[in-house]
Amino acid sequence: MSLKIDQDHYRFRNIVRGKIRDNLRRYISQGELIGRKGKDLVSIPIPQIDIPRFTFGDKQQGGVGQGDGEPGDPLGGDPQDGDGGAGKAGSEAGEHMLEVDVTLDELADILGEELELPDIQDKGKSSVVAVKDRYTGIRRVGPESLRHFKRTYREALKRAIASGTYDPGDPVIVPQHEDKRFRSWNTETEPVANAVILYMMDVSGSMGDEQKEIVRIESFWIDAWLKKQYKGLESRYIIHDAVAREVERDTFFHTRESGGTMISSAYKLCAQTIDDHYPAEEWNIYPFHFSDGDNWSMDDTLSCIEIMKKDLLPRVNMFAYGQVESPYGSGQFIKDLREHFGTDERVVTSEIRDKDAIVSSIKDFLGKGN
Amino acid sequence: MPTFATKTGLPRYLRDEQERIEKVAASLGLDFFPVVFEMLTYDQMNEVAAYGGFPNRYPHWRFGMEYERLSKSYEYGLSKIYEMVINNNPGIAYLLEGNSLTDQRLVMCHVLGHVDFFKNNFAFRATDLDASGQVVDPIKSHGKYEPNRKWVDKLANHGAAVRRIVARHGIEKVEDFIDKCLSLENLIDPYSPFVVRHREEPEDEEPREVEVPRLHAKEYMDSFINPDEYMEEQKKKLEAEREAKKDKFPKERQRDVLLFLLDHAPLERWERALLGVIREEAYYFVPQMQTKVMNEGWASYWHSKLMTEHVADPQDIIDYSDSNAGVMATSKGQVNPYKLGVELYRHIEERWNKGQFGKEWEDCDDLDAKRHWDLRLGLGKEKIFEVRALYTDVTFIDDFFTPEFAVEQGFYTYAWSNRNERYEVETREFKAIKEKMLAQFTNFGSPFIYVEDGNHENRGELLLTHDHRGVDLRADYAREALASLVRIWKRPVCIRTILDGKEATLRYDGEEQTVRNGDA
Repeated sequence: MSLKIDQDHYRFRNIVRGKIRDNLRRYISQGELIGRKGKDLVSIPIPQIDIPRFTFGDKQQGGVGQGDGEPGDPLGGDPQDGDGGAGKAGSEAGEHMLEVDVTLDELADILGEELELPDIQDKGKSSVVAVKDRYTGIRRVGPESLRHFKRTYREALKRAIASGTYDPGDPVIVPQHEDKRFRSWNTETEPVANAVILYMMDVSGSMGDEQKEIVRIESFWIDAWLKKQYKGLESRYIIHDAVAREVERDTFFHTRESGGTMISSAYKLCAQTIDDHYPAEEWNIYPFHFSDGDNWSMDDTLSCIEIMKKDLLPRVNMFAYGQVESPYGSGQFIKDLREHFGTDERVVTSEIRDKDAIVSSIKDFLGKGN
Repeated sequence: MPTFATKTGLPRYLRDEQERIEKVAASLGLDFFPVVFEMLTYDQMNEVAAYGGFPNRYPHWRFGMEYERLSKSYEYGLSKIYEMVINNNPGIAYLLEGNSLTDQRLVMCHVLGHVDFFKNNFAFRATDLDASGQVVDPIKSHGKYEPNRKWVDKLANHGAAVRRIVARHGIEKVEDFIDKCLSLENLIDPYSPFVVRHREEPEDEEPREVEVPRLHAKEYMDSFINPDEYMEEQKKKLEAEREAKKDKFPKERQRDVLLFLLDHAPLERWERALLGVIREEAYYFVPQMQTKVMNEGWASYWHSKLMTEHVADPQDIIDYSDSNAGVMATSKGQVNPYKLGVELYRHIEERWNKGQFGKEWEDCDDLDAKRHWDLRLGLGKEKIFEVRALYTDVTFIDDFFTPEFAVEQGFYTYAWSNRNERYEVETREFKAIKEKMLAQFTNFGSPFIYVEDGNHENRGELLLTHDHRGVDLRADYAREALASLVRIWKRPVCIRTILDGKEATLRYDGEEQTVRNGDA
């Protein structure tokens, strides 16, 4: 049934997708995007656009609540801004924080559509061909073990009706030899497109929680997109300060170390991992490195560049470097990379100023379809 | 529209229910407009709810946004619309097809509470219309009270008018302008229907001579109490003030910024029409915002009373309690207006039944005596009916939110802790709770903003002032709101406010925003 609201709804969808009314996009509330539940479900808040008004800054304000708790106890959850007075014409009992489930695939689709990401071109690495037999066809001859019961029955029924021997009162169908149908297989070849993402992150003292949050959100989306593009996607996580080590996903996002920064240590470990597990002929390899751009010394930066030139770039599809702005970092590293690889298509660099810049940075990384 | 208004009538058994419930409600003293219930499917319900309860509004994306939110949350079973009723005469309310009979009864009872409130609370008189559909002056008396409140028609007319403008100027342009108007929607003067803000001075008359008010004194004391030098000085001061005011525009600072813009901004016809629509609808929703707690509380009070004492069958009670509990749930970070309202009414009823009011009660320091205080006056019912007619949320809470009530209901205040980066319970001290509560309801949690000068610095710029009451404006939103003002005023716009404890003036000239500290 068509409703009057459909038109308004359609316009709203288009605003959210950025097709029209670009100036409103920045008020689309972002919220937490990660929160995977179950198999491949993720909960995301429903997009809401705030119309900006003269209003109060929230945090100064606080509010009034009801329930248990001693002074100093956390409230738990983010209270909705406490404008008890506002509200619409007597509708709605208790507004809950709404979360809606979308499958990861749908999300990746939305992402691709939003950012107009091209599908990834295969770099000819899918030469390894897997052969697989699939039972997709039907034949008139074959072994009894592959007999297709339904098809056979149908043929027999057709014949019985056509020859006038079918009796609705006693609907017994006896299949004869020519009625029999058998499943048969077709041999399919499919290219194996295997991909690995190697995430590297600087966890030295200068990377704060906010910076890590940015890395976390960004890597989630990169994961989602590449998973959609490749069947067998693996992810590896490397953290480094002055030394690098491989860690679990969870550790990757929550570690806080201090101390110096030697980026080359991570690149060495990355090259090592590729050597050991991911032969370049068979794998599409995507190293992503996030840091605040503060390296220990120029010497170390030079050795990074050396490792990239010699060990990494010849094997990877793309080398991505994302620089998160932090109050402590000098932000020098991205400049060095640009100087050395300015024209190299395989190296993509992106500066991520704040959360809002994540979207454009993802586009930087994935927009080329490498 | 054909999809609507067809087959939305009630089935027989619900019409019977309605008749029965209305009879009971009226016998208990409720006094409501006739009520039309319509039966909707869930997507129709979501549509109507997205339009704020109206079957027809002007086209705008935010209704679509609301619709998406409602239908998603319905489809995923997160929430469903429990009741919806609009302030209109006759009252219009909606029932969801497929709800259990218990729920339909509950909704009917609740709705009657709302419609009684719409009819009897004074604030809603500001939504009375005259025969041509204009809002009438609510202060004038009417005789028998049967107001015209055909807002369903009026908002549908607004829709038609806006659609005509869209046909002429294109949806992009119109929607963009509506967004600008909406971002200024809260800059109105909620009490203006009940206050004379400025009196016309007859133009051709010479202004009266300045008179300095004299303190009353016996004749022989007069020259000491009102010394001549001082009187002369005051006179000069007043004259200077009047002189300065002479070229001031507007003469007095004006709270209704939208009205000022309608009267004085260089708008095209269609723009003026749109701004007028937005302003009129903003005023229509004011009483509902002013009485959210009272209104929901009143409706909840009556659904609970009607259901448990008269309407519900014994087998309904469990289902009823379940639904009722969902509505009354409290949360840690937000006041539930249903709960707060209903508890306040019950508290008032109990106090007036037991005579817990007046000077003697106030002066009593003996907690034990207070606890057992019962004069058996039985004035509770009378009192709550009076309160529902004469109060709005701010006065309601100010008068009846007592320390005993705050403790009984477990209220606290919370605040953002910079150290722990989270919201934390702040205190359970009564004064702080009440202050914060009142601050939340005052002006619906919007800042107080006035038009100060329409010819700022003699450059035709618009100067607003923000009456700072302890909380700063949200800076990025303020900038956008300024941008909307520039779009309408077509000259630079400034707002004088306080940021981080210092006076500051934000100015936007259409290209860049500047912040100047100190007085502009």
